[in-house]
Amino acid sequence: MNGALTFRDLRVFMLRRAWLARLLVIAALFLLWEAAARWWVDPIFLSPPSRVLTSLNEVFETGGVPGALRITFWELAVAFSISVVIGLVVGLAVGLSRFSHRSFMPIILLLYGTPQITILPLFILYFGIGPASKVAFGVSHGIFPIIVTTVAGVQNIKPILMTAARSMGASRWQLFRWVIFPHMIPSFFSGMRLGMTGVLLGVLLAELYVSTAGIGYFTTMFTQNFDPTKLLGLISILAAMAIALNEIVRRAEVYFGRWRTD
Amino acid sequence: MSARRDRRDKLASRAVQAGFVVVLVALWYFGTTRWGVSHLLLPNPVKVWEELKDVLASGDYIPDLTITLSEVATAFVLSCTSGVIVGYVISRSQYAIRVFEPLLAGIYSVPIILFLPLYILFFGLGPASKIAIGTTISFFPIVLNTIAGFGYVEKIFITAARSMGASNYQMFRYVLLPAALPVILTGLRIGFTVALLSILGSETIASLAGLGHKIVHLAEAMETARMFAYIAFAVVIAAVLNMIVTSLEARAKRQ
Repeated sequence: MNGALTFRDLRVFMLRRAWLARLLVIAALFLLWEAAARWWVDPIFLSPPSRVLTSLNEVFETGGVPGALRITFWELAVAFSISVVIGLVVGLAVGLSRFSHRSFMPIILLLYGTPQITILPLFILYFGIGPASKVAFGVSHGIFPIIVTTVAGVQNIKPILMTAARSMGASRWQLFRWVIFPHMIPSFFSGMRLGMTGVLLGVLLAELYVSTAGIGYFTTMFTQNFDPTKLLGLISILAAMAIALNEIVRRAEVYFGRWRTD
Repeated sequence: MSARRDRRDKLASRAVQAGFVVVLVALWYFGTTRWGVSHLLLPNPVKVWEELKDVLASGDYIPDLTITLSEVATAFVLSCTSGVIVGYVISRSQYAIRVFEPLLAGIYSVPIILFLPLYILFFGLGPASKIAIGTTISFFPIVLNTIAGFGYVEKIFITAARSMGASNYQMFRYVLLPAALPVILTGLRIGFTVALLSILGSETIASLAGLGHKIVHLAEAMETARMFAYIAFAVVIAAVLNMIVTSLEARAKRQ
């Protein structure tokens, strides 16, 4: 009787807290991974999460890895900044005039739709195996979502607001500063989030592709040496970097979009 | 007045678009013939065109295209089956949705291509690692859209059908499925696109065959003209496949 009551209490307790169940699911997955790596899978293919965690310092001590990670981080930052600046300028230029929207939007959407991955070797051919090619490839992935969302943001402004501001004698600059700019902010930050996803994909693809330098060199080396511990460690560090960057822009989107009601 | 101006505007936009393409091709052509841009970096467009014709005529593309397409097809079938089944099972309970949906969405926001080296370690350089990465990446949009489709059917429809005595099968066939299908189809389309992209990408990064591998191989051999031809070929194939999937989605949604 007493046991049944506590069981029901536990049930209600768990039902109220979905995040706790989610945490348990994650823990169960890690336990499964640990068990699989310890007892079922050949250690040259998989290594348990506990060992990956404890040998993270070994990954950092591998000559060149901290440098490669730092360079990757800067590539992401630079590619993202370039994408935001160019994306915003092009997006405004295309979105603010009906004529340029009609003329250039189809070209932009066509470029956005092509699989850029097919021209990755060209980027390496033109920009070399150093950071320049990775930044350029990251920009090629990040710029289009930012342009498209900026254009959409500018286009979505209610014409009545523009007409009202104009009829009250707003100058071009005032129109931009007080009507267009505030209305663009939410979509601009959505664009930044999508742009970050693109930049991460582009830079990491290029990093993995170049197997003679940077991250790609180490992933290739760890793979060829059948060293899953270090490989998983390196991948986890990069994944953590990606999650952190994604989270920053996602928070910014929520924060700056909070007044939007639609 | 406005209709005529509208038409004039449209013509002018078309002219700008055509001008853009013409200028681009002209720059490309004169860059290679007059201004001495290296043939290794930028081959002559005429030469690329000849190479493309040669590729198509000789059937040189067939083995690589077959491999890429079979990888995409296998990955898509696997991710469709698993994504729709897992999504349906999760969507049956609001609690499961609250537990699993944020988890899946969180994993989806990580660039999964990072795990490619691990997959290569597991499955080798052959098609298996491509199929595995394509399946993993396309699983997420499919499962998330399936959850969104089945999980958020208007309560009133379900209550109405129940009160009219619908059996479980009827409930699924006439209430849940029609409500969920459009959302699921969108998920399937996105899943197909990302499967195609990730498979081309993983072929580019490390593989033994396939369109992505062919492009890299030509780049390393410095046969740039033929590489450009293959890039154009791959882009057209991707565009055609995407068009087919989009029109299939539109047709299925109309019914």
